[in-house]
Amino acid sequence: MSDMMDDMDEGGEGVVKKFMFVNRKAPHGTIYALEGLEVVLISAAFDQDVSMVFVDDGVYELIKGVNTKGIEVKDFSKTYRALEGYDIEKLYVEKASMDARGLTEDDLIVDVTVLDSAEMANLMAEQDVVISY
Amino acid sequence: MPMVEVAGKSFEVDEEGYLTNLNDWNQDIAVYLAQEEKVEMTENHWDVVNFLREYYDEYQIAPAVRVLTKAVAKKLGPEKGNNKYLYELFPYGPAKQACKIAGLPKPTGCI
Repeated sequence: MSDMMDDMDEGGEGVVKKFMFVNRKAPHGTIYALEGLEVVLISAAFDQDVSMVFVDDGVYELIKGVNTKGIEVKDFSKTYRALEGYDIEKLYVEKASMDARGLTEDDLIVDVTVLDSAEMANLMAEQDVVISY
Repeated sequence: MPMVEVAGKSFEVDEEGYLTNLNDWNQDIAVYLAQEEKVEMTENHWDVVNFLREYYDEYQIAPAVRVLTKAVAKKLGPEKGNNKYLYELFPYGPAKQACKIAGLPKPTGCI
């Protein structure tokens, strides 16, 4: 965290950095998915180059047709559809994570770019900051 | 949590006066919350408040002011979707005040 703050200070004002938020966890059961989403929505206010990645169980965060009544928590899956209005349009999912869970793009609530693991690694390598939940 | 009484029914609000339960909301409460904010509700105010209710229903969040402005422009036209117009209706911040009157939680990404 302190490294990240140092990085931001060095740049001064008006510098746009590439921020990637990596989501690895299922939407419910832990607070990571919801808190991670809120961080991304807040980050939109700083006019940075923000992308979101969904890998491992994180792909479940984007699944369509969620019903959370039985577990009595808020269904925030619809909120991913608000990202476009916040100018956050770079959403990536990893193909292997989708395949392992029997999911395709048609199962997801938003439009995403599907990348294979090598492409994902390259994209991560290009970032200034990667924050993983 | 504090309770307020409106039209013979009592409702819970948080320490900043936001309605705790979204589903408690009705027009009487909106008028009460507006009075607390010193806002007199006109048709133009209702347009924005109702728009926010719809936005929340669709996306499950209260939008940041920048996003609200853009979305209002798209829905109600550019003469309403601009900072000047929205701040005239809600002088202490359209996202904050209009969300409160609409019974929504405090906006996400509001700084």
